[in-house]
Amino acid sequence: MSNKLPSRNLAFIISGLGVALLIAVFVSPFASSDPDGLDRVSQDLKFEHKASEDAPAQKLPFANIFDEYALKGVPEAVATPMAGLVGTLATFGLAYGIGKLAIKKSSSSIDHNISSHQEE
Amino acid sequence: MSFSSSLFWNWQPSLALHIPDGFLSLPISLITWVIAIALIIVSLKQVEAKYQERTVPIMGVCAAFIFAAQMINFPIPGGTSGHLLGGTLAGILLGPWAAALVVSVVFIVQAVIFQDGGITVLGANIVNMGLIGTFGGYYIYRAIRSTIGRDSWRGMAIATAVSAWASVFIASILTALQLALSGTVPLNVAISAMAFWHLLIGIGEALITLAVVSFIWRTRPDLLYGSANNRKVSDSRPLIQR
Repeated sequence: MSNKLPSRNLAFIISGLGVALLIAVFVSPFASSDPDGLDRVSQDLKFEHKASEDAPAQKLPFANIFDEYALKGVPEAVATPMAGLVGTLATFGLAYGIGKLAIKKSSSSIDHNISSHQEE
Repeated sequence: MSFSSSLFWNWQPSLALHIPDGFLSLPISLITWVIAIALIIVSLKQVEAKYQERTVPIMGVCAAFIFAAQMINFPIPGGTSGHLLGGTLAGILLGPWAAALVVSVVFIVQAVIFQDGGITVLGANIVNMGLIGTFGGYYIYRAIRSTIGRDSWRGMAIATAVSAWASVFIASILTALQLALSGTVPLNVAISAMAFWHLLIGIGEALITLAVVSFIWRTRPDLLYGSANNRKVSDSRPLIQR
């Protein structure tokens, strides 16, 4: 693998995360508020009332901070963009962290794989 | 509750295919949890064994993009909306194993932090909206691409669009099946209603997935899973040699 890959990868990562943040912060307020697929079907077929009023997620501490995709206690105009910002960074961090943990553990087994391929 | 009536007019439905708590019976919830956890464990093992360090940041970017894109409900004709599921996109970019971990992270964050999709039915949501795409969508993509032509843009484009659309359609059928088996709604009406809307929502999935994959194809084709640069550690090596 060539030496210039890391900086090109960094550019991809920064622009990719940047695009995600722009979408989550600036486009999210313009999302359609029409009922979506399952929502619409549950209304049409009249089973939407079966959704729990008192869902377990409402009892988690996060429910004090976010009301679905809206940060509580801030003006409505920034509530959804703030939720988008936090959620995008949280998913980035978690997926990065899980990948890092899994792949770090395997560095020795990759060496093993490469050497076994050379034997073929 | 008085609180819910005040929210009624600006309440933003954000379910898409996200099943809320209460729609699925205990047995169906448990079975889908077991399937989700088993596939996540297998995926972790595969990522440990097969992937290189350069995949790690791409996993982060992919998760962030799917989370952000899922916030954007696009309108479809008939007063309904849909959003990207992203499983097929993640599979094409990262391969099925790392993609499975990425989409699981997205649905866990949505359920735990943003109350989007029930926690008791999180297993079903991970399977339906995530793993159907990362495995089903990915293998449909690969089958089409190797039939039409692995290295042509046309082969990639057709494979991407068809597999992305199919993943949404299959996910909606599976969701209808789970709802029916849970006794929430009769099977025939559930399937026809879910299939009808998701025929259309799947077109959005196909367009967004194709836009992203063809952008990466033009700018950084080496980042796509199975490309020449990471063939050494990918599943596609045996496909080419044998």
